[in-house]
Amino acid sequence: MRDALAVSRSKNHLATAVVWTVAIVVSASFLLLISNIVWEGMGQISWTFLTDTPRNAGREGGIAPILVSTLLILAVCIAVSVPIGLGAAILLAEYSSDQHRFGRFIRRSLDVLAGMPSIIIGLFGNAFFCITLGLGFSILSGGLTLACMVLPIFIRAAEEGFRAVPDAYRHNAAALGLSQVTTLYHVLLPVALPAVVVGLILGIGRALAETAALIFTSGYVDRMPGSLLDSGRALSVHIFDLSMNVPGGERNAYGAALVLLILLLTINLMTHWIMRRFFRSRSVSP
Amino acid sequence: MSRWRRDKILLWALRSCACLAGTLLFLIVLFLFIEAAPALSNIAFTHFITDTGWHPVEGLYNLSPMLMGTLWATLGALLVATPLGVLSAVFCHYYAPPAVATPYRRLIELLAGIPSVVYGFWGLVMVVPFIAQYQPPGASLLAGIIVLTLMILPTIALIADASFANVPSHYLHSAAALGLSRWTTVAQIILPTAKPGLITAIVLATGRAIGETMAVLMVCGNVVNAPQSVFEPIRTLTANIALEMAYAVGNHRAALFVSGLALLIMIVALIILAERANGHRQHA
Repeated sequence: MRDALAVSRSKNHLATAVVWTVAIVVSASFLLLISNIVWEGMGQISWTFLTDTPRNAGREGGIAPILVSTLLILAVCIAVSVPIGLGAAILLAEYSSDQHRFGRFIRRSLDVLAGMPSIIIGLFGNAFFCITLGLGFSILSGGLTLACMVLPIFIRAAEEGFRAVPDAYRHNAAALGLSQVTTLYHVLLPVALPAVVVGLILGIGRALAETAALIFTSGYVDRMPGSLLDSGRALSVHIFDLSMNVPGGERNAYGAALVLLILLLTINLMTHWIMRRFFRSRSVSP
Repeated sequence: MSRWRRDKILLWALRSCACLAGTLLFLIVLFLFIEAAPALSNIAFTHFITDTGWHPVEGLYNLSPMLMGTLWATLGALLVATPLGVLSAVFCHYYAPPAVATPYRRLIELLAGIPSVVYGFWGLVMVVPFIAQYQPPGASLLAGIIVLTLMILPTIALIADASFANVPSHYLHSAAALGLSRWTTVAQIILPTAKPGLITAIVLATGRAIGETMAVLMVCGNVVNAPQSVFEPIRTLTANIALEMAYAVGNHRAALFVSGLALLIMIVALIILAERANGHRQHA
């Protein structure tokens, strides 16, 4: 009996040691990764790096046109996914119950879409936007392709936001005789807005991090884009190209990687801030 | 315009948005099939498994080395990342003092958001040279497994963490009342209770690993090769598409879409598996 107890106790100690070791190893390897990028990238980032054009295949110079292309791709992506996504989310939340067949079908299809590997979305974008619609390798194709990836994330978050609006609001609006359009615009949308914004920010984060879907939709060209039909290189593609295809491009790749991480961290913090600011207070009241 | 008509128009606008979003998936599948059709009709299906190699220009379309590459890299990463990820979540919930658990959780959340291209870049400048010191060339299946492990670990840890949070607290109180040790509580009560969540975590991580492109493209060496050891370079299905899509034409291009279809089938199978694991639970 005492032996069994001793065995069990030593097992417990061993487990504690293992769990702590795992936590230390995991955090150490991740801190190694982050500190490496931050340390090496810090030396590269400067005002000139952000405002200069890349020279010598990107080994020297900066990333200005790449930042512009990235922002344009994001702008296209947002401009397309916000109206469509908002419409779909409102329909799913307000006009279709859980049992409704049409709503269920759309939810399922979006769930599967959310799990699609980005390279498959990229193949589709290349076949559909670049070739079938004739947009070629362009910022427009890239942004539209990213919109396919962002939509399921955005719709899910926005739908939750509308669902969280208490029914009393709808009943009161109906009792006041407001039309559905007015109810939606003046009652539901303002209340659901923080959730919609969080969904949008999450989507932007996903789009900003994406590389594989952009390589053969928005392309590689690192010049300043003149229009949305020009090819433009996104920041993530720039990191990939510098590190894989340009010998000696590593130093600037570190700089670009740090810029990307800072952008994503900002987005992450914004999401947390909005969540804390708007959701904690509301979740207390019924 | 009467408000009745405006409401009607609104409803139809919303419906068409939802339709557009809902049919996107079918459009994607349709286009994969359309683009893969030339290969599927011109090349007998067995060619994709029995040809002597992947030389699309010479009409040899054996996809199996790439398939093996994807499977080995995924399997390796899962074997390492699953215990690490689950134990990370156990650490957060049952071992770490709150002052440690919160920053640890934030770190994992942060890592879940790091782009794959950054993981790949770090693998290329740190992991590959490190392996090359002992076993050249360094860009290898092992490097791929290490980088993929780091990428899917946050996924597993976060979902496991969430499913531990759903374990009813009276289970823990009962265990404490019985005087069970911490590890016995975790191993005998927590893990079995959270099992469906853990399976979901593993399935989602598998999907992420199979579909991952950039990280493996950057560290695996990309030699079409059925690996004999973890130190040999491999090329995955996804890397193959990313590498050759830019210049592929005709049957070659179609063959790349066939490999896209193969990926799609794997992912759909995983999604079905995940739903089974969840017991057809309807999401709220």
